[in-house]
Amino acid sequence: MSEKRFTHKLHVRTNSGVCFTPETLEKVKSIISHYPEGQEKSALIPVLHIAQEELGGSLNVDIMDYVAELLGITPIEVYEVATFYSQFYIDPVGKYVIEVCQTAPCAICGGEDIIARLEEKLGIKLGETTPDGLFSLKGVECLGACGSAPVMQVNTEFYEYLDFDKIDEIIAQLKADRETTKPAKLTWKERLS
Amino acid sequence: MERKIILEHIEKTGIRSLEVYRQHGGYASVEKALKTMTPDEVVDQVKASGLRGRGGAGFPTGMKWSFIDKKSNNPRYLICNADESEPGTFKDRYLMENIPHRLIEGMINAAYALGVNRSYIYVRGEFKYIIGILNEAIKECYAAGLLGKSILGTDYHLDLYVHSGAGAYICGEETALIESLEGKRGNPRLKPPFPAIKGLYGCPTVVNNVETLANIGWIVNHGGEEFAKIGIGRSTGTKLISACGNINKPGVYEIELGLPVEEFLYDEKYCGGIKNGKELKAVIPGGSSVPVLPKELILKTAKGEPRLLSYESLAEGGFESGSMLGSGGFIVYDEDACMVRNTYNLSRFYHHESCGQCSPCREGTSWMESVLHRIENGHGKMKDIDLLVSIASKIEGNTICPLGDAASWPVAAAIRHFRSEFEFHVNYPDVVKNSKHGSLFKYNK
Repeated sequence: MSEKRFTHKLHVRTNSGVCFTPETLEKVKSIISHYPEGQEKSALIPVLHIAQEELGGSLNVDIMDYVAELLGITPIEVYEVATFYSQFYIDPVGKYVIEVCQTAPCAICGGEDIIARLEEKLGIKLGETTPDGLFSLKGVECLGACGSAPVMQVNTEFYEYLDFDKIDEIIAQLKADRETTKPAKLTWKERLS
Repeated sequence: MERKIILEHIEKTGIRSLEVYRQHGGYASVEKALKTMTPDEVVDQVKASGLRGRGGAGFPTGMKWSFIDKKSNNPRYLICNADESEPGTFKDRYLMENIPHRLIEGMINAAYALGVNRSYIYVRGEFKYIIGILNEAIKECYAAGLLGKSILGTDYHLDLYVHSGAGAYICGEETALIESLEGKRGNPRLKPPFPAIKGLYGCPTVVNNVETLANIGWIVNHGGEEFAKIGIGRSTGTKLISACGNINKPGVYEIELGLPVEEFLYDEKYCGGIKNGKELKAVIPGGSSVPVLPKELILKTAKGEPRLLSYESLAEGGFESGSMLGSGGFIVYDEDACMVRNTYNLSRFYHHESCGQCSPCREGTSWMESVLHRIENGHGKMKDIDLLVSIASKIEGNTICPLGDAASWPVAAAIRHFRSEFEFHVNYPDVVKNSKHGSLFKYNK
C-alpha cells in the first residue's frame, strides 16, 4: 500500500535522542500500513507495545513524544492512551514484570494464597519493585485464563495452574536466568550511548 | 445428542494449520458463498439461522448485519471482537488458540456478506501468543489465495489484520473497541448513531464476537434452517461454555443450547461435579456481570422446572430468580466460598475497569467497593447493606455503556440471594476479622 507516506518521518530523532533501530522502524512501517490513509493514529497502541518492549520496559515522556512525532499526532494523544491502558507502564519496572490475576475466578481457586506467596518470596507488596530491579509485582484483573486458575503472566508469558512449588520454581528459574544466559535488556539511554 | 459446530475436528492433530483444516472441509463455505451466493443470500441464511451474538448480549446477528448502512459511500468494516476479558470467560482464547481458521473462515463469509474489504481482529493485549497464532493463520490464507486480491479467483478482495489492545475490559464494549482501534482511550460512545451507521472512522461497521463469527462457515455450508433445528426455541445452535471455579474439570465445552444445567455441572463429560466432594453453593452462569444464582435457583427455576443452558431458561424469572446466559463464563462456587468477599472482589474489578466517563459508574463503582471492603473486613453497619442496593440501583441504566449495569448486577444479586452472609459480617465483626481470607468457615454452620 502507500508505504511511502511515512518514510519521511521514519528517521525522526527527537531532541531527547530516543530512536527505534532501523529494523524496528520497518516493523512500525508495516503496522502503519494496516490502517487506511490518514488513520495512522490507529497504529498507536501496537507501536506503544513495541516502544515499551524495545526501549527499556516502560514508557517515559521522551519515548511517548517520539511515538507522537512518528505517527504525526500530538504528544497529549499519546499520553492519554498510555495512561489509560493497564499494559503500559509509565513508571520504571523491573526486568521481570509479574502480573498476577486477582479477580474472583482465580481468587476462589487459591489465587489469594498465590499472591501472598509471591509477596513473601520477593519481599515486596503488589505494585512494588525489588531493590535490585529484577522483579516488579503487579496485581491485575482477569487475564482470561480462568479455566487454568490461578494464573499469572511474566512479561506477557502465561503461567497457569499455579501452586506454591511452581511459584518457587519459576522465581528460582528467573533469578538464575539473570546470572546466566539472558542479558538484561538495555534501556534506551544505554542503547544510545 | 452431541453437536459440534465450532469445535468440530478440534482433536485432530495439526488442525491449527491451513492444510489440515482444509482436509477436514475447511473453507468449503468460502468457495460456496463467493461462487454461488450473493451477499444478501448469505445475510438471509444467517437471519434464518437465528444465530445470536455470543459475546454476551445475545442480539440476533442477521438483524445486526441488516442494519449496516448500504447507502453510504464510505467503506464498510467488519471487526472481530476478541477482547475477551469478562471474568470467567475464556472460550474465545481456546477457539483462537486451537482452531484459528474457524474464525477466519467465518470472517471471510461475513465480510463478503457485508460488502467489507478491510477487516480487523481486535485481540486483547494480554493474548500476545494468540496474536502470533492468528498472524500465522492469516499468512497461510494470503498464500493460499483465501485473503487478499481476487479471493479464489473471484473479484472479491479482503484484507484482514490483527490489532492488539493493551489491557482494558471496557474495550469489549463495541464502541469503546472502535475508539481503541482508532488509537484512542477506550471510552464508549453515545448511541445512536450505532456502529452500523457510524462506526470505525465514521464508516458503517459491524462488530461481532469471535464465537459468533466462527458459526458462519457452518451456516453457509448447511443453511440457516439446519442451524435453527439445533438448540431449543429461540436459542439456536451450540454455545461454548467456559467452566471454571470449584469444579473437577474446568475447561471449554461446546454444548447444544438447551442442555440442563444439572447435567452440565455433574456429568463426567462436562464439569464432572464439585471439587473435593464439596457441595454446590452458587453459580454465575454467564460471566461475572450477570447475577449470581444460589444452588436452588441454578438447578431449577422458581417454578420448579429444570434450568437449561439457553438464553430464555437462564433468564426465566427475571432478576428476581433468574440470570443470563451472557458470554457463557460459568463460574462455580462451592460451599466454602464467601459471597461477601467474592462480591467485594468483583466490585474492585469494575471499579478498576470503569473508564470514568459517566459519574454514576465512576463514583458508584468506587463507592460500592469501599463499602464492601469495610463489610468484608468487619467494619460494616447494617445500613451499609441497603446502601449498596441503593447505589447499585442508581448506577444501573444511567450510564452510556452497560459497564454500569454489569457493575451493579453482581452486587444487587449477591445481596438478594445471600443477604444473611452480609448480615453475618456486620453482626460478627470479630469472627470476620480473624478468619482466613475467602473462607467461609467463619459461618460455623
